[in-house]
Amino acid sequence: MKCRVCQAKAMIKIERHHTAFCPICFTDYVHKQVERAVADERMFTRSEEILLAVSGGKDSLALWEILIKLGYKTAGLHVDLGIGDYSRASRAKAERFADSRGARLIVHDLPNELGAGIPQIAEKTDRPPCSACGLVKRYSFNQIALEKGFSVVATGHNLDDEAARLLGNVLHWQEEYLDKQSPVLPAAHEKLVKKVKPLYRLAEREIAAYSIMNRIEYIVEECPNATGAKLLVYKDVLNRLEENAPGTKHNFYLTFLRRRSAGSAEFTEGFPTCQRCGQPTQAGGAARRKAANDSGESALAGATASAPAAHPSSSQENGGARSPLCGYCRLMERVHA
Amino acid sequence: MKVILHHPKRETEVRGPRTVQSLLKALELASEAHLVIRGEELITEDEPLFDSDVIEIRPVISGG
Repeated sequence: MKCRVCQAKAMIKIERHHTAFCPICFTDYVHKQVERAVADERMFTRSEEILLAVSGGKDSLALWEILIKLGYKTAGLHVDLGIGDYSRASRAKAERFADSRGARLIVHDLPNELGAGIPQIAEKTDRPPCSACGLVKRYSFNQIALEKGFSVVATGHNLDDEAARLLGNVLHWQEEYLDKQSPVLPAAHEKLVKKVKPLYRLAEREIAAYSIMNRIEYIVEECPNATGAKLLVYKDVLNRLEENAPGTKHNFYLTFLRRRSAGSAEFTEGFPTCQRCGQPTQAGGAARRKAANDSGESALAGATASAPAAHPSSSQENGGARSPLCGYCRLMERVHA
Repeated sequence: MKVILHHPKRETEVRGPRTVQSLLKALELASEAHLVIRGEELITEDEPLFDSDVIEIRPVISGG
């Protein structure tokens, strides 16, 4: 098989684009997809310093490599989750990458900072580990970005991640999550920084191929807590569909983005701030869903227009908005009880 | 040929000659969810494989 661009020997075939690439032309294709994502969604500019969430896996390390090569200013943030050998190996990959590129890496060590890693947090709060992990990571990325003066946080979420998440949200009609599913979440509150996903146009297989071709050493092992995770089931289903109909994942997610149009902010207006940390106690779709319900529309329809702000009095009717603490601070209260 | 698999990491023997596509089919692995590596190089689905080859099949899907 030959590269469709230069006729050299191809190393990867991309069915959904009816094409194949050699390593040089494939690297160029990946860089162009990321540049397009950054430009189309107005994610950041070369004058901003981007805080990149780096797990040690292929997606975040590939994204770091791409942004460095494209001339963006970056710093990495690794959250050490305290999940035994898996976390030790993941941290080592992130540190080795940063050292080899002369890049700045901030490490947030949960067992040291909080006195508990994810296994202990999950046990003490009786929450599934993946749920506790997601909450702690999202909060940590935002909080550390605020403390260190970054205006934007980038994560390595790819097309497969977003398509699988969309499938799960549609299957369960989780409209509040559909509202927040966007490659860009603008900073909608003084305590929230902008979040971006520059890899949303690239399939997971393409990012793994990029990592291998560019000799990026990433952790291949899976998190021990991910076994049986719903997201993996959705990815498996989508990949079976993809094999029969190449382009399915791309069409599913990118058409969703086109149809919902603008208006994917973390919608926080009218919600009280956490008494401990000052972040909104509830952000995103819950506010929009409430506003849409109040106006007699579905939340999906509300997502395509500028939904009215949730009124403070109506937010009190929502169970989650009654607490004076945000989800993270409630979790920490239980961990340290 | 020797085939190295992950999750969990293990090795198996598969008879050649056959193509990459045929190897994935024999092992019931989805091509969209795996990459095939010989030496340090990725290889495409039409590439012939022989008994003397050492092949790594790397899963590309992670739990996020």
